[in-house]
Amino acid sequence: MTQVDITSKTMDGMGPHGTRVGLLRVLGPAHVWALGVGIVLVGEYMGWNFAVGKGGAYAALIACWFAGILYTCVAMIDSEVTSTVASAGGQYTQAKHIIGPLMAFNVGLYLVFAYTMLEAANAITAGYLFSVVATMSGHEAALDQRPFIILVIMFLAWLNYRGVLATLTFNLVITAIAFVAILVLFLATSGVVGAGIMEHAALFEGHELPYGWIGVLAAMHFGLWYYLGIEGTTQAAEEVRSPARALPFGTLAGIMTLVIAATLTWYVCSGILPWEFLGDGVNGSVAPLFDAARLADSTALVWLLGFGTLFATLASANGCINDASRAWFAMGRDKYLPGWFGAVHPRYRTPYRAIVFLVPIALVFALGAPLDQVITFSILSGLLGYTFMPLNIILFRRKWPLSSIKRGYEHPFHPLPAITLLALCAITFFAVFLGYGTQLIAMVGFYIVASLWFHFWRYRFVNRGAQFTMPWPKPQGY
Amino acid sequence: MDLWTYLEYAAWALSALFGLHMLVDWLTTDSRFSEEVLTSSREGELEALSEEQKVTS
Repeated sequence: MTQVDITSKTMDGMGPHGTRVGLLRVLGPAHVWALGVGIVLVGEYMGWNFAVGKGGAYAALIACWFAGILYTCVAMIDSEVTSTVASAGGQYTQAKHIIGPLMAFNVGLYLVFAYTMLEAANAITAGYLFSVVATMSGHEAALDQRPFIILVIMFLAWLNYRGVLATLTFNLVITAIAFVAILVLFLATSGVVGAGIMEHAALFEGHELPYGWIGVLAAMHFGLWYYLGIEGTTQAAEEVRSPARALPFGTLAGIMTLVIAATLTWYVCSGILPWEFLGDGVNGSVAPLFDAARLADSTALVWLLGFGTLFATLASANGCINDASRAWFAMGRDKYLPGWFGAVHPRYRTPYRAIVFLVPIALVFALGAPLDQVITFSILSGLLGYTFMPLNIILFRRKWPLSSIKRGYEHPFHPLPAITLLALCAITFFAVFLGYGTQLIAMVGFYIVASLWFHFWRYRFVNRGAQFTMPWPKPQGY
Repeated sequence: MDLWTYLEYAAWALSALFGLHMLVDWLTTDSRFSEEVLTSSREGELEALSEEQKVTS
């Protein structure tokens, strides 16, 4: 091993550095955990139960664990690459350095759309929750949900605008409360503390796999809900004090938390609610954990899970604003989008133009688009992003083997996680095609058109020399 | 009018306040600082300044 001068002109990818106002490095591993788990945990509170409707309770459990394997691979791969490519933009920046500009542009769009759509979906959900509370508290007329939907988006955008530390500390508190609420519900209803009310055997009898194994396959689509968004931890890369330590620590602790939360959620809900009711997320159980708490005959549990549902929704929207704005900002900074978006607020040290620009887009989708379409667009964009990750890590290890770059974290058993992830993505694409084939084809068409626009028009504006900034040796084979 | 009707009005008002605050601050910031300063952020600052990479010779 020899020392290498990282400012050497013979090194690959050293762009000019002249930052006068940059993002603030103030975050620790707990904030990374709060960002990842915060985005996801709403999926435990609502949405995952559509998997029960697709294939029964056991199918939802199988989907839960298979999706858990998929996301564990995502978390391990992301931890290795992001601890090395520690910049805002996350997977966009990884793609830029490891694969190429066109892939990076597409991945950047996947990220922005996935998070902005999820933010809109969360705001719609929050509006719905307020209307439920209004009805429960005796409000007779139908509540106008619009002011509450708009308030959620405006307040969280304002919080993000004012600084990342307060934003993610807020996420840490409300995410922790939402997670503890699931643990308390499990302890109170499973018989660990007091008398249990679980009826798994009776509820499952004769309905083990109501639609056979094709139902299990179809359930995979909604199995993603248990974990969708954990990859968002990478967007904090430029704002953590120690990327090599905080990112792997926060991300891997996050996926462990989610596997526990997902399994407990399935156990509690499937043991209390009949599968036909649980599996109908529109006319049946919209918020299964809250419904389970209501059947537990405890006012305290109802309040706790009610707040848990609202907090999980807010945490998810909050994390989505953080992540979408970082991806948009990073693309602007590299001139993949107008460079105007690459501005940082000199006082708050946040990508303020990217944050404000995405607000009206989120509002349009939250107020004008149906929830299921918004969510489907988010899931499909996320799935395209996951398909990129195995290719990314295989190329990363090939171009820069372990001996060439010091990583903050080295994921084990390479290339097994990459191959597993690719196989599970293929299965999930098929599952999505079964239910949302038209949307899948339409979305792929949209990304093809966007790619053509980037290739034939936008790429001429990209500052090609300055976009590769990592002080890495030249890749093997080049 | 019951409590929820007032809450609806409060939500509209708060949304407008948050939006207005961001808008005013955005315009003020853009007028006080040059575009060169605001968009001076560069990727990889930390790596360039403090981290040392080692390669196999």
